[in-house]
Amino acid sequence: MKQMHCPLNGLRNIDEFVYGGEYHPDTEPTETDTRACARQVFFHHNRAGLVIEWWCHAPSSFWFLAERDTRSNTVVRTFPPSELPSGQDGTP
Amino acid sequence: MALGLLKSAIAGATATHLPKRPALKPGYDVVIIGAGGHGMATAYHLARYHGIRRVAVLDKGYLGGGNTARNTAVIRSNYLTEESVRFYRDSVRLFRELSNELDYNILYENRGQMTLAHSDSDLRSFRWRAEVNKELGVRSEVVDLAEVQRRIPHLNCEPNVHFPILGGLWHADGATARHDAVVWGYARAACRLGVEFHPLTEVTGVEVKGGKVRAVETTRGRVACDTVVQAVAGMSSEVARLAGIDLPIHTYPLQAMVTQPYKPILTPLVSSPRWHVYIQQTSRGEFVIGGGSDPYPLYQTRSTLELKEALCSGITQLFPFLAEANILRQWGGITDMTPDYSPIMGLSPVDNYYLDGGWGTWGFKATPICGVTMAELVSSGQVPELIRPFALERFYAFEQINEAGATAASH
Repeated sequence: MKQMHCPLNGLRNIDEFVYGGEYHPDTEPTETDTRACARQVFFHHNRAGLVIEWWCHAPSSFWFLAERDTRSNTVVRTFPPSELPSGQDGTP
Repeated sequence: MALGLLKSAIAGATATHLPKRPALKPGYDVVIIGAGGHGMATAYHLARYHGIRRVAVLDKGYLGGGNTARNTAVIRSNYLTEESVRFYRDSVRLFRELSNELDYNILYENRGQMTLAHSDSDLRSFRWRAEVNKELGVRSEVVDLAEVQRRIPHLNCEPNVHFPILGGLWHADGATARHDAVVWGYARAACRLGVEFHPLTEVTGVEVKGGKVRAVETTRGRVACDTVVQAVAGMSSEVARLAGIDLPIHTYPLQAMVTQPYKPILTPLVSSPRWHVYIQQTSRGEFVIGGGSDPYPLYQTRSTLELKEALCSGITQLFPFLAEANILRQWGGITDMTPDYSPIMGLSPVDNYYLDGGWGTWGFKATPICGVTMAELVSSGQVPELIRPFALERFYAFEQINEAGATAASH
């Protein structure tokens, strides 16, 4: 079985992890701009290549980030949210 | 006899379906990106019914090498929303006549499809679906356990199992066809009418000037065009990005597999939303087994043991004799899943750049109707009534078509 490195628990089987969506920096749209709201809710980068995304280690409820290549399914690195670089849009 | 064999060996292979890859011209009226069923059907309808024959179908790979080759060939129209039911109903009707239309046998078989109910809530949603279907002229009805057992004698209908079967949604219009033949038939018919098919021609850029598409850049050079149709299934997000268009899509793999052949014992297509598994027996006897999408996005057609285990455990609950079966082949396709399990068709933010995407797990069954409607859109510039609800703009207007009758929507 494929394994992933959890920053809290070390190397664990992939079925202990839950995918949590692409990482987007916080850009709260204004309440009156419905198009911007729609973009934030529904639209994704969905890149074929290196992406940063949220994952959760379900047994310990620990949320962290993973840099993963969606063409090869290789996890390049995982890191806790405290190490998030600022000003990133989900694309390294 | 041996002499006849020798003669044909010397004469070489029989005529091929398609002309050799032609030289790429500097311009066309219409460029279609993606030579799968949808792209080829659109090209055929443009040439046959709209007199638009300066059409080039470009593909980075070969004919029907993407999800047209990787789907599980289910044809049905028992959806839940009116918009979807109308759309797929018309598609099923076109499928019935497709072999005649293309003068090419697509091995269409009207088998019927049974969706199994394992709970009261399943039955409630089936009643809803059946009523919507009947209202729109699609043959669906809720049936009891005895009827399920009568139609599928080898199904395990015992009450002492994890999820006993309570009844089913019988869809008499359910069918299957040879999926590769669908795209081969469209391609042959389109090329005979003058459409050019260019395999190994990857689109690497889209030229947009003044908000209108002007040309595409390919690995074989620049091609000017008035109109572009994008029909690239799993690669929808990446190709649309070339034109600067964002889509509300996540790309997930969907895995399937095939067993060794058996005698013909299963006529209908059978689906179990509870077990996330569906099955049909092909005309050569193999059982095709498919299920839900993978748990996280990926642009890779690899198989995983976990998903195959899930398919096997589900299907052996329904058909215990399959525990003895050997798996002959396994594969995955990459599916462009939308938030509401409905496609994205029609206009895009770029003028004359038309979208045929978001096909998730429901693309094959829509092939003929996509050809009809996309060709009408290209030819007239007007969005046909049938596909108007599937516009990309619906996400900005918060008017999604929540299609809970889609294959992966049971998650």
